[in-house]
Amino acid sequence: MDALIMPFTSNEFMLRALLAGGLVSIACAIVGTFVVLRGLAFIGDALAHGVLPGIAVSILLGIPGIVGATAGAVVMIGGISLITHRSRLSSDTAIGLLFVGMLALGVVIVSRSTSFNGDLVRVLFGEILGINVQAISIQLVATIAVAITTTVCARPFLLLCFSPEQAQVAGFSARRYHNIMLALIAITIIVSFQTVGTLLVFGMLLAPAGAGALIARRIESMMAWAAIFGLSSVYIGLLASYHFNLAAGSTIVLTATLIFFAVFFVQNARSRRARQVELPSA
Amino acid sequence: MSNPHADPLRLRANHLDIGYDHNSIVADINVELGAGQSLALVGINGSGKSTLLKTIVGLQPPLAGEIDVLGTRPGNAPKRIAYLSQFHASGFVLPLRAVDVVRMGRFPVRGLLGRMTHEDDELVLTAMQTMGVRQLADVPLRSLSGGQQQRVYLAQVLARQAELLVLDEPTAGLDAGGREIYAQAMRAEIARGATIITATHDIQEAARCDCVMLLAQRVIACGVPQAILTPEMLLETFGIVLTLRDQHLSLAVVEREHGHEPAEHPQRD
Repeated sequence: MDALIMPFTSNEFMLRALLAGGLVSIACAIVGTFVVLRGLAFIGDALAHGVLPGIAVSILLGIPGIVGATAGAVVMIGGISLITHRSRLSSDTAIGLLFVGMLALGVVIVSRSTSFNGDLVRVLFGEILGINVQAISIQLVATIAVAITTTVCARPFLLLCFSPEQAQVAGFSARRYHNIMLALIAITIIVSFQTVGTLLVFGMLLAPAGAGALIARRIESMMAWAAIFGLSSVYIGLLASYHFNLAAGSTIVLTATLIFFAVFFVQNARSRRARQVELPSA
Repeated sequence: MSNPHADPLRLRANHLDIGYDHNSIVADINVELGAGQSLALVGINGSGKSTLLKTIVGLQPPLAGEIDVLGTRPGNAPKRIAYLSQFHASGFVLPLRAVDVVRMGRFPVRGLLGRMTHEDDELVLTAMQTMGVRQLADVPLRSLSGGQQQRVYLAQVLARQAELLVLDEPTAGLDAGGREIYAQAMRAEIARGATIITATHDIQEAARCDCVMLLAQRVIACGVPQAILTPEMLLETFGIVLTLRDQHLSLAVVEREHGHEPAEHPQRD
């Protein structure tokens, strides 16, 4: 029993990591639910990588990474919106184009400096074991903001998932609420990059919400399941990394992915059994 | 024209041109509809039916001419209008129960933060009862058949209690029983004073409306069904095979386009 609790009670860095990871899980559960339901995975992925040049510039200038990440996200969303609305190209093309361009820009900036190697690994994979109280506070504020905004926008968000046209006719501007949704995804990615890194935050957005979508009957319960799976991944991942000396952020995301596949196979087996039961009477 | 205060027009189109990206699909549409009246738009795929409906609900800006919907510009009166679009592809993945979908019909009335009341719950359940899907209230939408889903979407429209119902192929996927329930529900809506505009392939459904507009990338004809739904007019509209049954208004249109099933064979419920 000690092995399950002691790492967190006797190491302050582990407790801080648990707290920060927990907050990331909750924000990712809320936002990830809409990423999964609205098929926004590609734009989520693009945002997660598109913030890289912004962070790189911040490190060069010696300003907080979160400022650069925000600028990167704004350029990304603005660029996608510009191409989609001013040309006949699909949003996929716009997202792909900016995704690659921003990633390349990030690498070009990084390649100009020899002192970046350690920073780059930290940006991509996070630094959950070295997280400080200030970063946790920012994470807390962002998670609360995401939760409140989602509660306020619950109806238009639900209508958007159902049909953007229905949202528009019902008097909720589809474009406005889509942009709010993108902003929430961006905020979640920006504040989470310090914890699990830009590369891995995407896994936390998709895996728990994807597993939730497989079993939930309602969007609220999908979010709750996503939070449970996300929190479990953080706890199990941190514990495994502590006992087996593994990279913490990656272990957390790997756990989330494994939970997704476990749910997937259990659900598949259950529906196969249900069909077999139905067959004789059909 | 009648006094707008005594008998306000729900739809008025005057020399209206509709289309996408400055490309006109149908030009010079003229129509007026009052409370308790119904209009059927009849034509093949691509004839402009859905574009006209999207223009009426404000999803598509008009290219030229005038259009008033509920006495204002299209899209300006969301609380008073209900719209059923043709495609609901996302219905299969969304974790929503049937009742959650119908409850969405009350969102425009309550707005962003207004509380859903007991009256809303009553309207939702009554609408589900009317469409024969009340017993499916707690069933996930993705577990329902295509016909059952269409009934749920129609219940959402009924729950809105709107003054103007704009329905794009509302009977698609409904079996004979579903179509009859739909016809009864629409009669009740008309009796309540609602105005209904439907796009349909179903000539018998169109024949029940007060007014029919035949579309084939232009307005072929617009008027009362008895004058409009003639074999000659329908031939001009569809330009394809028509089979006559017993009498004048029991025409069945057999259309094969874009891989669609003939309109007289609805998908099974």
